Amino acid sequence: MTNEALQNLISSWIPDLEFAEEESQFLNIIVAPENLHQLMTELKINSKTSFDYLFCLSGVDWQPELGVVYHLESTAHRHIVVVKVKTSDRENPVFDSVCDIWKTAEFHEREVFDFFGIKFNNHPNLKRLFLTEEWEGFPLRKDYEDDINMVIK
Amino acid sequence: MDTTIVKSNFKSEEYFINMGPQHPATHGVLRLLLTIDGEIIKKVEPDLGYIHRSIEKMCERDSYQQIVHLTDRMDYLSSHINNEAVCLTVENALQLEMPDRVKVIRTILSELTRIASHCLWWGVMGMDVGALTTYFYGFRDREMINDIFEETCGARLTMNYNIPGGLMFDVHPNFVKRTKDFIAHFKTKLPEYDTLLTGNVIFQKRTKGVGILTKEDAISFGASGPVGRASGYSCDVRKHHPYSAYDRVTFNEAIKTEGDTFARYQVRIQEMWESISIIEQLIDNIPDGDVQVATNAVIKLPKGEYYQKVETARGELGVYIISTGTKNPYRVKFRSPGFSNLSLLNHIAVGGKIGDLVASMATLDLVIPDIDR
Repeated sequence: MTNEALQNLISSWIPDLEFAEEESQFLNIIVAPENLHQLMTELKINSKTSFDYLFCLSGVDWQPELGVVYHLESTAHRHIVVVKVKTSDRENPVFDSVCDIWKTAEFHEREVFDFFGIKFNNHPNLKRLFLTEEWEGFPLRKDYEDDINMVIK
Repeated sequence: MDTTIVKSNFKSEEYFINMGPQHPATHGVLRLLLTIDGEIIKKVEPDLGYIHRSIEKMCERDSYQQIVHLTDRMDYLSSHINNEAVCLTVENALQLEMPDRVKVIRTILSELTRIASHCLWWGVMGMDVGALTTYFYGFRDREMINDIFEETCGARLTMNYNIPGGLMFDVHPNFVKRTKDFIAHFKTKLPEYDTLLTGNVIFQKRTKGVGILTKEDAISFGASGPVGRASGYSCDVRKHHPYSAYDRVTFNEAIKTEGDTFARYQVRIQEMWESISIIEQLIDNIPDGDVQVATNAVIKLPKGEYYQKVETARGELGVYIISTGTKNPYRVKFRSPGFSNLSLLNHIAVGGKIGDLVASMATLDLVIPDIDR
C-alpha cells in the first residue's frame, strides 16, 4: 500500500490521528495514549495492513514530552509505518503495553522503562533490564545528571 | 529429544540455578536465571547489563564521525557492517550518492565479515556441543580474513574503515589477490565443515528437533537473520531493502522451514556459500574512481528522522537517528539483532534440558556487547 492509501484507511478507524510525512522517510502517525492499544491491534489484525513485524521500539525524550516510537513493517505487504505516542507527564508517564500484540515488545518496553522511566500497563514483567534495581533516575532522559560518570560538554 | 521424566515416588521440586555471568556457553557476560525441575527447564530469565556502556547516550554527545567508532564495540564480529549502517544513515540524510567503487568495496568487506563471523560461530558452536576440533578449523580460516582486514585498514576486529562519505582510504594493492586466494582456499575447506560436524550423528541428535521456533513466533519476537530464516521467514535485509551493491549481485536467501537448532546451523553454512558467491561476482569488477565524497568537517544533518537497516552476521541492525539540525544527534537508537533474538530464548528453551539450552543458544549466535550496547 502507498502511504496515501494507508493514511486514508487508518484515519477511517480512529478519529483525531495526526499524520506526518515531512522530515521522515516513512509515514508517521501520532496517536493519543488512550487510543494507542486500539490502533496497534487494528494495524496488526487488519488484513490490508497486517503489520506483524515490530522491528524497532524506542523511547524518546522530546522535552518536555516523553514518548515512544514504534516502527512497524508488514512481512506480507512490505510497507512500513511509524507510530508515535507522547505524554507531557514526566512524573508518571504511562502507556498501554503492546506485548500482547508483538512478543518482542516485552524486552523493548523493559528497556524503555529502564532508561526513560515510562511505565506500561499490562506488562507481564516490568522491571529494570540493564540497570540495577536501586539505580536512581533514568539515564537517557535529557535532564538526567550524573556528576561522576558523565562527561559534560 | 525425548524429555519425558520417569515417574517415581520422589517428589520433584523446582529450583533456581545461575548460568553465567562467567559460563563458557554464554560467550560473554550474560547471566541466565534458570528455573528447573530436575533437568527440565521451566523458565529462562536473562539478566543483562554487565557490560552496558550506554552507547546511545554517548552518541548524543558525539559528532556523527565519532559515532561510527562506537558501533564497532556493539557487535564486534560484524564491526564493518555496523560502521556501514551508521555511514549509510548519515549519507542518506545528507543525500550523498556514493561512488560505485565505495559501494562495491563495502559489500565485499561486509561479506568477508559475515564469513569471518560465521567461521567463529561454527567453531564455538561445535565446542558448545562437545566437538573441540571445530574451534581450530574455524579460527584457522577466520585468521586469513583478519589478515586481509589488517592489511586493508590496520585493524583486525574494530575496523573503523567506513566514514560518512565513503572509505577512509583506498584498499591495499594486494587486496584483490588476497581475497581471491582466500576464496579459493575456503571453497576447499567449507566442505570439510560438513564432513567434520554436519553429518556427525551425535551432533545431529543434539540439534535436530531441539529449540523449535515457528514462523509466527519468529516474526512476533522480531527474530531476524539466520534465526528468522531457519523458521521459514524471509527476512534478509539485503533482499528486501537492498543497500550498497546488493542490488547488482544475485544470491539466494538461505531459508529452512524446520525452525530447529539444526536448521539454524544449516542456514549459516548455506550463507557462507552465498557470501562466497557474492564476493566472486564483485571481486574482479571493482570499479575505478574515488573512495570518498567530500563532506563538511562538521557534519550537521537536516532536522528530521532517519532510519537505516542493514543485515549483519546476526540479523537486522537498525539505526534510528533523530536530528534537530545541530552537529550532534538528538537521539540515536540501535535496534540490535541480538537483543530481539535473545528475547525468544525462554520460548525455545522451556521444556528442554540444560544441554539443549546450550545447543539452542549456540545457534542464536549471541554477542553480548550487541545486546548490552
